[in-house]
Amino acid sequence: MSLLEINNLHVEVGGHEILKGIDLTVNAGEVHSIMGPNGSGKSTLAQVLARRESYQVTAGEVTFDGKDLLAMKPEQAACEGIFMAFQYPVEIPGIGNAYLLRSALNAVRRYRGLDELDAMDFLPLLRERMNLLELDDKLLNRSVNEGFSGGEKKRNEILQMAVLEPKLAILDETDSGLDIDALRIVAQGVNAMRDPDRAMILVTHYQRLLNYIVPDFVHVLVDGRIVRSGGAELALELEETGYGSMETEARQTAPASA
Amino acid sequence: MVEAFEESAMASSIDTIRDLALQDYKWGFITEIDDERVPRGLSEETVRLISAKKREPEFMLQWRLKAYRHWASLEKAQAEPKWANIHYGPIDYQNIVYYSAPKQKPGLKSLNEVDPEILRTYEKLGIPLAEQQLLAGVAVDAVFDSVSVATTFKEKLAELGIVFCSFSEAVEKHPKLVQQYLGTVVPHTDNFFAALNAAVFSDGSFVYVPKGVRCPLELSTYFRINAAETGQFERTLIVADEGAYVSYLEGCTAPIRDENQLHAAVVELVALDNAQIKYSTVQNWYPGDKQGRGGIYNFVTKRGKCAGVNSKISWTQVETGSAITWKYPGCILQGDNSVGEFYSVALTNNYQQADTGTKMIHLGKNTRSTIVSKGISAGHGQNTYRGMVKILKGAKGARNYTQCDSLLIGDQCGAHTFPYIEVKNASAHMEHEASTSKIGEDQLFYLQQRGLKAEDAVSMIVNGFCKQVFRELPMEFAVEAQKLLGVSLEGSVG
Repeated sequence: MSLLEINNLHVEVGGHEILKGIDLTVNAGEVHSIMGPNGSGKSTLAQVLARRESYQVTAGEVTFDGKDLLAMKPEQAACEGIFMAFQYPVEIPGIGNAYLLRSALNAVRRYRGLDELDAMDFLPLLRERMNLLELDDKLLNRSVNEGFSGGEKKRNEILQMAVLEPKLAILDETDSGLDIDALRIVAQGVNAMRDPDRAMILVTHYQRLLNYIVPDFVHVLVDGRIVRSGGAELALELEETGYGSMETEARQTAPASA
Repeated sequence: MVEAFEESAMASSIDTIRDLALQDYKWGFITEIDDERVPRGLSEETVRLISAKKREPEFMLQWRLKAYRHWASLEKAQAEPKWANIHYGPIDYQNIVYYSAPKQKPGLKSLNEVDPEILRTYEKLGIPLAEQQLLAGVAVDAVFDSVSVATTFKEKLAELGIVFCSFSEAVEKHPKLVQQYLGTVVPHTDNFFAALNAAVFSDGSFVYVPKGVRCPLELSTYFRINAAETGQFERTLIVADEGAYVSYLEGCTAPIRDENQLHAAVVELVALDNAQIKYSTVQNWYPGDKQGRGGIYNFVTKRGKCAGVNSKISWTQVETGSAITWKYPGCILQGDNSVGEFYSVALTNNYQQADTGTKMIHLGKNTRSTIVSKGISAGHGQNTYRGMVKILKGAKGARNYTQCDSLLIGDQCGAHTFPYIEVKNASAHMEHEASTSKIGEDQLFYLQQRGLKAEDAVSMIVNGFCKQVFRELPMEFAVEAQKLLGVSLEGSVG
């Protein structure tokens, strides 16, 4: 059974149709990359999978781990094992980073009928993951993302992923705004999380990230539809030719609007 | 400390607890049954009647009359203050009953007779069983625990010479003390509502802590056995003699309804040399329904005088109730090296309004004041912080730190800030910080995507926001206050 199955997904935002019939199958252990030009709907797909309510699903089904994902609220999808690394991680003053992480982990553990972790048990686990992402201890007590640099915010997202150990990790333009060093560290963290029981979807604009995190499958999203799918080499091809030719192709083959 | 704040409000259905009719709770000793009622309306006759019914000494009657005459002149001159950032219809002062005798309530036999919804509220707020019984009006002789606890309590206080009783009892048993301090911090001329209160005040608390005594227990209104009623016009006076310390808790988290809409209380605190008074309030008066109808007007004058050198007065408040909250608990820093503190969380949801803050008046040398105000607005609530820091000419070396933060939930509410800073001594050191933030949908979604329910997410953000103030509350109050915020914010999300 596939981990994630998307069938004919249509999504509207503010009355405009952004996703126009997405079909995608992701199995555990696989890393998929979704690439495409600006406005193609990449982030929309990510947000819908994470169950953001402002995105309206007008048609289609999504099955996650055998369950109807579209029927779930965001917190339920999270507890079922979906994690999204945000493109623009928001600041939340007044809530400590470590405190949030422990609360989140315990919410998931509660959902799965496991015992909650107290601070004593949690801290060593957290420290180990922080070392992996070369994050300073000081960040633990700071408010979530408050005063973090762009790179620190992205690394913090991957830290959270490492602690929460999701079944499906969606990384929404994780590479945007990162310099080479930060990119290396983030990729290191993501690669360390690759697992036969875990799947990942990397949403990205640039091919560069995929040099560090080599995907199993690449899909090109143009104007709300997946127009091409292939292996890792497709990304390199895109690097050469750009999205232009695929956009033209997409316009030619798109069904005429009613 | 952080661990204690982890309890998050449990999500539940949207109907707020305030829709429950909570019966007035009146219980206490039996007095001579007096059938004569004081008719509605306010006149000199009313004041005389009140004083007579309470069997007050002459000085008390004269004090009331002076206040009444002053109030009447203000009323005639239409001098009711209108400058606050709140809106309400005209109050008909002639349509209020200014005195009701303590009734002998039939009383329930046990909590089993209480509306289960009410019990559920108490559970949510974590109110201990004995107190639940008190609040629900279970008959006194059935509340064994409370009575025995309260008795032990009183014995302990008596040993130390601490006076803690109702204001009425203080007038009767300690008239000299009352006369010495009453009106010295909030004179009847202070403002319109203080004048009204001085004329018709019903009852309240009186505390006197003798020299060098540290009151070993937190004094709370629960244990004021002779409390006649939760009055509309409460009057409280607390005096800490030289070197004394006392911590007083006012109010409770359980929602309270009252037929009387206007509540104009006065609280006076006096701290002599090296004395310290800590006054904490958790207020959850009926705030009106979701459309803003009904609800209590809480117009309060609270002030502390740091009369002695090295004295300290701290106000901590969590205000979540009332349709309108209008109060500025403040400190007069008269003694050299005296310290005044104000920590506040004020919440307005639905159609509540609040115009609240503090006044810190620096008179003596090397005085210090700290103000931390956290305003939370949700629904259509309008929340105003109004603070005054006044450094008089002779107040050498004065220091003030002010921090006022506003948190907006949703896009229909408002937060306003009116800081007044008046400095007449060049050696003063002032710091003022202010911030406004919003709980955005993106913050909520971020937390939801990490597995937290929306209500828990809001609660977490709000508690983080209020941390600085909750830290100042006595422990049991802090936990209750956290829960109360969660309950008060139900329905503000989604």
